[in-house]
Amino acid sequence: MTGEPLLDIRDLRISYRTRAGTVPAVRGIGLSVLPGEVVALVGESGSGKSTVAHAVTGLLPRGGSVDAGSMTFAGADLARADESTLRGLRGRTIGLIPQDPMVSLNPVQRVGHQVAEPLIIHRLADRPAARRRAVELLQEAGLAEPAQVARQYPHELSGGMRQRVLIAIALAARPRLIVADEPTSALDVTVQRKILDHIGTLTRERGIAVLLITHDLGVAADRAHRVAVMSRGEIVETGPVRQVLDSPRHPYTRGLLAAVPGLGHPGAALRENGGAPRPRPVPAVTPLDDRDLSAVAGNPATASGDLVVAEDLVKEFSARRGERRTGRRAVDSVSLRIRRGETLALVGESGSGKSTTARMLVRLTDPTSGRVIFDGQDITHLDGGELRRLRRRMQVVHQSPYASLSPRMSIAEIVSEPLRAFRIGTRAERSRQATALLDQVRLPAALLGRRPAELSGGQRQRVAIARALALGPDLLVCDEPVSALDVSSQAQILDLLVDLQNDLGLGCLFISHDLAVVRQIASRVGVMHQGKLLETGPVEKVFASPFHAYTQELLAAVPGRSAR
Amino acid sequence: MTGLSIPGAGTPRPGQEVPPAAAPDLPERRSRIPHHVRFWLLRPGLVLSVLLIAGVLLAAFFPDLLTSRDPLAAAPQDKLLPPGAGHPFGTDQLGRDLFARVVHGSFLTLQATVLAVSVGLLVGSLAGLLAGYRGGAVDDALMRFTDVLLSIPGLLLSLALVTALGFGTVEVALAVGVTSVSTFARIMRAEAMKIARSAYVEAARASGTRWPAVLVRHVLPNAAGPVLVYAAVDFGAVILQVSSLSFLGYGAQPPTPEWGSLVSDGRNYLATAWWLTTLPGLVIAATVLAANRIARALDGDDREAR
Amino acid sequence: MRHYLLRRLFQAVFVLWAAYTVSFGVLYLLPGDPATIMAAGGGDATTVTREQTDALRHQYGLDQPLAEQYATRLLHAVHGDLGRSVQSGVPVTHLLRQALPTTAQLAAGAMLLALVLGSAVALLGSSTRRRWLRQLLLSLPSLGVSAPTFWVGLVLVQLLSFHWRIFPAFGDEGFSALVLPAVTLALPAAALIAQVFAKSLRTALAEPYIQTALAKGASRRRVLFGHAVRNASIPPLTLVGIMAGNVLAGAVVVETVFARPGIGRETAAAVTAQDIPVVQGVVILGAVTFVLTSLAVDLVHPLLDPRIITTTRPAVAA
Repeated sequence: MTGEPLLDIRDLRISYRTRAGTVPAVRGIGLSVLPGEVVALVGESGSGKSTVAHAVTGLLPRGGSVDAGSMTFAGADLARADESTLRGLRGRTIGLIPQDPMVSLNPVQRVGHQVAEPLIIHRLADRPAARRRAVELLQEAGLAEPAQVARQYPHELSGGMRQRVLIAIALAARPRLIVADEPTSALDVTVQRKILDHIGTLTRERGIAVLLITHDLGVAADRAHRVAVMSRGEIVETGPVRQVLDSPRHPYTRGLLAAVPGLGHPGAALRENGGAPRPRPVPAVTPLDDRDLSAVAGNPATASGDLVVAEDLVKEFSARRGERRTGRRAVDSVSLRIRRGETLALVGESGSGKSTTARMLVRLTDPTSGRVIFDGQDITHLDGGELRRLRRRMQVVHQSPYASLSPRMSIAEIVSEPLRAFRIGTRAERSRQATALLDQVRLPAALLGRRPAELSGGQRQRVAIARALALGPDLLVCDEPVSALDVSSQAQILDLLVDLQNDLGLGCLFISHDLAVVRQIASRVGVMHQGKLLETGPVEKVFASPFHAYTQELLAAVPGRSAR
Repeated sequence: MTGLSIPGAGTPRPGQEVPPAAAPDLPERRSRIPHHVRFWLLRPGLVLSVLLIAGVLLAAFFPDLLTSRDPLAAAPQDKLLPPGAGHPFGTDQLGRDLFARVVHGSFLTLQATVLAVSVGLLVGSLAGLLAGYRGGAVDDALMRFTDVLLSIPGLLLSLALVTALGFGTVEVALAVGVTSVSTFARIMRAEAMKIARSAYVEAARASGTRWPAVLVRHVLPNAAGPVLVYAAVDFGAVILQVSSLSFLGYGAQPPTPEWGSLVSDGRNYLATAWWLTTLPGLVIAATVLAANRIARALDGDDREAR
Repeated sequence: MRHYLLRRLFQAVFVLWAAYTVSFGVLYLLPGDPATIMAAGGGDATTVTREQTDALRHQYGLDQPLAEQYATRLLHAVHGDLGRSVQSGVPVTHLLRQALPTTAQLAAGAMLLALVLGSAVALLGSSTRRRWLRQLLLSLPSLGVSAPTFWVGLVLVQLLSFHWRIFPAFGDEGFSALVLPAVTLALPAAALIAQVFAKSLRTALAEPYIQTALAKGASRRRVLFGHAVRNASIPPLTLVGIMAGNVLAGAVVVETVFARPGIGRETAAAVTAQDIPVVQGVVILGAVTFVLTSLAVDLVHPLLDPRIITTTRPAVAA
């Protein structure tokens, strides 16, 4: 892995022309990839890393242009090459593995045809030969029945299978460089790892260099030889993986490392950041090991510390109106409880039923069967005025602060809407209360007159939290409250939630797919998979000695584990 | 959290919210021309369209400002004069000033158009709001009904209504308005459904807000936008339909001028007096074109720069 | 597939029944007495004598209770009897059948022309690299949808018939008499097709799978014709299905402009004379046209996009 670099980027500057003016996206970066080397380009969204990927493949979006610098690839400058030269390179010597497999395959063409296409375009094979070769390539990409897959259409394949098809396409012409642009961020964690492993193996065996674009430092740590960290269009730090991770020199890298909540040592992230480690929330009641819940759930009245108890909750969604087929079980006999002041986290992949469980708990969705007991009262069938009164005591923070704030209302109106709904206070009192609430979530009162669109994602989520706190609830349900935010806002919102739990003694149900986040915020955790609650227990215990095979798999699949 | 968030670059993946570009990334605007002036300067077509529609409105409500001639006064000695100094659009077979007739005709044509769009807008959005927010059987019944309305070609439905209602400007307006009801209903229903399912409506419900308050404070203001935009889009199409019916002779009866009937009146003089058909038709076409251009601007073609 | 077909056929029958019911509602239930309207024949209703209306009322069964009228008329309609024209006394179905061939010729010609013209403008506009040509081509449709059909027809007559004497202005003799009416009828349809197709092409070309194709080294032409066109063809095709009925309706205006015999002229005359049975017959003919073409289009859809109605096999995890 020495000698002439395969790809040598020097002082590359790229900007986008928009109606508001020219926006620089990449501001003079240098980066090289040696033959057979894996280089990871890491950065948050908007850092310009994807723009680099587009530039290397010559596929900058409309309005984007290379202003200066060079990208020398195997002797030719890609920045100055004309379209036909680039066309000769694309798919032949530079392969691209795109971001989202669900939308990156042509929906109306058979898979085999799409895999064979690069061979036909570059005249590497005639049609029948290309067709046969496509099946081999699909097998190579790790698909079990390649001949059958080749005859299928993309919509008949799962996300992981589609990403394998895209790998087969990228590798078809045996390129010398693969640009992998966030190749797995759209996939579930367990699938993510297998796909990344496979890309690693295939390229290593064939001596193909990889430029891996990712926002996930963990992914980079596991797979790359070298890492380049990008922020606001510049590369702030570059070096061998170990060096960058163990002794980061640039503050941004340190921040990025800190903001990715590590699995290894709780609180470590915050120490690295220079601050004192925050005390972890101490649950009011020492948690029992409730891997066997049924004994307790049988008689809710005895456990007086319980805020919410759910018993055998089931939710079935009817397939489609008018169809006789029985529906899908989204939630399958889930029993759980949350004590006063305690935070229970539900983890699981998308579609595991964790959100539906939470929505049934706060009566936003009606369960098909089962019971919900809130503070000793059976609330499963409450409606009308009683349900509305119950709403004062349980509040929800939604996943996306971009969607959960009414776009036409001011921040003041949004925050005080719950007060208005219950006719609490006069107009003036409500507005004072709104200021106090913003203060509680550490937002300046100056924002009261703004509209949601003028706020950043992190600010919006604070507003949503303030609204949820307005009525002084006993239970707060947070449904993936940070997953729509960028990494640095994530850390701040999590800190805020930890503090609020400590200050207000809220009971909290915290939904997340991110185990690292859960470790930071929850005292107990429940693992959900395919609608079932597989196990619950104290966080330390479940993470240290997972009981269920699926939990073990989930823990093993978390990126960044091997690096720490 | 993937991809780049540079405005105008790349397509966001479905379901993925693109946060607004960080303010510090935006460069200083080089020109000193204020933002809203720049917006208009870049779109001369839109400026012309707005001016034209303003002119048409002026003609409809204050015709005397544009012409002092009487649209009904015949002057046989001046018949069939080509466009010239005294008569910008020429004169017809009775010597009536065509420009005056077009100007005065705009009132009835616009009246019919506004009435028709209002019928579609009000009836359609009410039905759609109800169907979309309440769902269930109301929704099913309403959607089946709009399916049926859409299966009858609009012009034929209008003709049937005109047959039953009789001829005249108001009758034509109602007949055309009914054909727009189903589209308005569908748009409003889709919006109401989308908003009823949105996280902010759920958040409002979760904080204990009653449903009528949710409907008024959240659903209606947010659903109104697309429906009003469609009203603008529909405006041009309705002018065409109204003038078609007027051309066929089902609108205001002679000698009262309407845009469609003016074109129709000139048919007998096609070979000799081209202006009688060409100029009123041109006015219709230009008005519709301008209305459509404005509708497209409202529809967000230019959203980026606003 | 057979299940889908049956369901679709059932839907079609339902829509036809409902269209019949709506037209009955409009023409017989709206305020105004059908007998008086028909007796007046589009003229002044006050001149109609009591005896005339009573005779008509009896002749057309309008003195029966409404429910009974509806049932009888619907039953007759199912058997292909749409009543008789008030004006001429000729059975409506007979009248329509006689007028249909010339109109069908006109409508089919117009649809074909619209399809070719519309697709050509959209494809050229989306594929050319010359900015001015692209802007020119893609702004044509908005002109096309803004011009009133009757006016376009008259301007064409003025120029091509009176000024240059290339095509006959009126009549239905031979192919050359078909050209101007067909072009007039086709222009707004072509503009709509071009608008919808250009938009769906633009959407398709922005899809990530186009990036994948480009990353394979595919040329612009290959990307456009090999990947984008098929994905983009569903919206314009659906539009064609919806439009056929409207083209038939457009014949009312075009046939009036060009003084061409056909369904359109019959309709215009029937509305003027307020000849209710004939108007209802035409409305039903429009609904039948709509139902048939959209049925045909629905059957073509699965050939273009495999995601439609193929039973989804459960996806296996990677």
